[in-house]
Amino acid sequence: MKAFYKPETGGILALAAIIAVLPIFLPNSFYFDVAILVGINAIVCVGLNLLIGYAGQISLGHAGFFAIGAYFSGILVGTYEWPPVAAMLIGALFVGLLSYLLAKPIMKLRGHYLAMGTLGMGIVISIVLNQEGELTGGPDGMPVMGFSVFGWEPGSELTWYWLIGGLLLIAVWLALNLINSPVGRALRAVHGSEVAASVAGVDVARYKVLVFVVSAVFASVAGSLFAHYSGFLTPSEADFFHSIELVTMVVLGGMASVFGAVVGAAVLTTLPQLLTVFHDYEMLVFGASLMVTMIFMRRGLVPTLQSLFSRRLK
Amino acid sequence: MFAELLQFLFSGVTVGAIYALVGLGFAIIYNASHVINFAQGEFVMLGGMATVFFIGLGMPMPAAIFLAITVTVIVGFGVEKLAVEPARNAPIVTLIIITIGASIFLRGAAQVIWDRNFHSVPAFTGEQPIIIGGASILPQSLWILGSTVVIVITLHLFFNRTMTGKAIVATSHNPLAAQLMGINTRVVLLMSFGLSALLGSIAGILIAPISLTYTGVGIMLGLKGFCAAVLGGLGKPMGAIAGGLIVGISEAMTAGYLSSAYKDAVAFMIILAVLFFMPKGLFGGRETERV
Amino acid sequence: MTLLRVENLNMVFGGIHAVENLDFKIKSGTIHSIIGPNGAGKTTLFNLITSVYRATTGRIFFDDQDITEVSTYALAEHGISRTFQNLQIFFNMSAVENVMVGNHRKTDSRFLPALFGLPSIRQGERDCRQRAEQLMCDIGLERYIGSDADSMPYGALKWLEIARALASQPRMLLLDEPAAGLNPSETHEIDDLIKRIADMGITVVLVEHDMKLVMGVSDHILVLDSGRKLAEGTAEEIRQNPDVLEAYLGHRQRAR
Repeated sequence: MKAFYKPETGGILALAAIIAVLPIFLPNSFYFDVAILVGINAIVCVGLNLLIGYAGQISLGHAGFFAIGAYFSGILVGTYEWPPVAAMLIGALFVGLLSYLLAKPIMKLRGHYLAMGTLGMGIVISIVLNQEGELTGGPDGMPVMGFSVFGWEPGSELTWYWLIGGLLLIAVWLALNLINSPVGRALRAVHGSEVAASVAGVDVARYKVLVFVVSAVFASVAGSLFAHYSGFLTPSEADFFHSIELVTMVVLGGMASVFGAVVGAAVLTTLPQLLTVFHDYEMLVFGASLMVTMIFMRRGLVPTLQSLFSRRLK
Repeated sequence: MFAELLQFLFSGVTVGAIYALVGLGFAIIYNASHVINFAQGEFVMLGGMATVFFIGLGMPMPAAIFLAITVTVIVGFGVEKLAVEPARNAPIVTLIIITIGASIFLRGAAQVIWDRNFHSVPAFTGEQPIIIGGASILPQSLWILGSTVVIVITLHLFFNRTMTGKAIVATSHNPLAAQLMGINTRVVLLMSFGLSALLGSIAGILIAPISLTYTGVGIMLGLKGFCAAVLGGLGKPMGAIAGGLIVGISEAMTAGYLSSAYKDAVAFMIILAVLFFMPKGLFGGRETERV
Repeated sequence: MTLLRVENLNMVFGGIHAVENLDFKIKSGTIHSIIGPNGAGKTTLFNLITSVYRATTGRIFFDDQDITEVSTYALAEHGISRTFQNLQIFFNMSAVENVMVGNHRKTDSRFLPALFGLPSIRQGERDCRQRAEQLMCDIGLERYIGSDADSMPYGALKWLEIARALASQPRMLLLDEPAAGLNPSETHEIDDLIKRIADMGITVVLVEHDMKLVMGVSDHILVLDSGRKLAEGTAEEIRQNPDVLEAYLGHRQRAR
């Protein structure tokens, strides 16, 4: 008999504790940089996990939304001197609208067709960003001004760390709220059996579009933050590899697990840094690690570890 | 004017035939296992790069080609045995990640064994373009087209006239029933990967003399081949052929008449259009879910 | 009074006329069975009523309202619910959550309140879970309240699907082969359950092959063969109908 307990409250507190305490262990600026990137990726992954893990859909083009958010911030703030927060919101709004228009036809597709549709969308975005050089700086990229809110700027890496850490906690909190609600259950029902969900009164099409838009907006906001933090953007932020990286983070960390998404982002952002010891063998080892992990932990790290633990406790 | 159109048509059909072969590989594996093999593009890369390698060792071209194809087929078996088979019943997303991992692994391995440079391969029968109707076509293109026709006919006979071929088709329709009839579906899956690797490597070898080959060549070719397969209805081999030609010709026409910058986008925009309006591809049948 | 009315219904798939010129009525408060040999179009009929399929021609009326074009998810609001011949349980959830989904139309499914975790949503969730657990107890599934759907035996899952269907508080419940795969004692329990559901005022429409169950529980039987109505009547009338015997057994009773 499973005890009815809420692991999530514990989880979010644990995450907050980790974020609060981590700076003590980070020796220098480089480590902070990695941590901040982990946080930004984690925000995308928390949203993407709602789509892939909970609703059972797939997107191989989410980097496109990330990049659009990033470039909106870069262009509106740099060329048109908008305030950064406004640019971020407008970017998110645009992405919301775009993803809504795309989702309506795409979400009727299943499985591989859906994968293909989102893949095509991501690549087209990537090509447009590359080609419209006058606006975006083309393949060489463009510089981005710093982030500021009513005059306040994150002066140091540590401040950025707190900013991203705080936003990540908010993202996780929003995702958990959604999951523990009729909306979240409807999403999981869609994953379980679309026909049974509709018979039960769930408007499957509406929910699929909803979760796609939500995950796209998460990606866009993260992209905007990345643009300001990194100070420089290239169209490669929208490319197929980046989309695959994001999906891999979600799947690796654990599907249908918000904390899995965070863990996946952490592992896959730090892994390449660890792999540099392998020099030329880096790509080879990365590919091999990916295969091995997915073969032996097919539901992802966190769910697999969770069931190992719960079996020990019995 | 007509010559110009013909020129674009020639280059379109040439590259289209390559996409068709790659797309065929996707379709065959999908048929046997419902897996999208993202490493398909790497089979193409291995065909070209291995040929370069063997020629570099001093072998005559035909021997180099034969060995390159053999090596790639063995790699194809390896991918199936080591990456796909252990994860047979995993969710689709997991399988997609695994094949992506395999593709990254193969690319990494190729970079280590060889290098990241561009390499050229001599054309099979010379580089002198042939003029037809005012447009020029390379002899290599004729090799590509001719080989593709031969391959398509051979595959048609294989799937319809031989027991092994029919076993593969049966497995794609209903794996359980096939097993009950005594077909070893694991072997069928292995054969499918081998066959796809064969097709991919041939495509890589055929195109290498025209466009240089390097360890990253499989990425775009793989993705566009995937587009061709989806266009044709994913799982319909003949559809993949048509799909490849359509993508190739559209690309060439776009590059010629509209803008060569957006050439790469064409394949994906066609796919998006098809998915929005004809989700089962041009030749896909209607699928109804039994409840 | 007539709850469900089907008029001149036709369903053509490619070359197959799965349902042909079907006309019938179902009175509210009754237990109505639909029987017929395999391929007669019974599940197709259910799929048409619940808009899983779109009819080629014909109309379907529920409580005098034309529901032919209404989408599947909107039918729950009208009061129609169903179970499936091949279990469509949500294996990615617990048993209770499966039943909670059935209750979806009674929940607050607004997006923004859910996103911000408003107290009304949290309270709503607690109430929904409580209702689901109560329903599971009423139907006899209390031992599975803490279980995951993927660890439950087949018989229990059939019950769970019925619980889920009941959670939407339907006026008409379509049961597609509820006794399929069940042993005789389990089938007897289904018999009791169906009668209890009917006693609650819910109109039950049953597709079944188990003749003992059908004859024992039905107020009215509709016999289909090759998509057409073969016969209609009470259990007694159907049992003696020569056309029905012919369709099932393939020979006519020799007249003496």
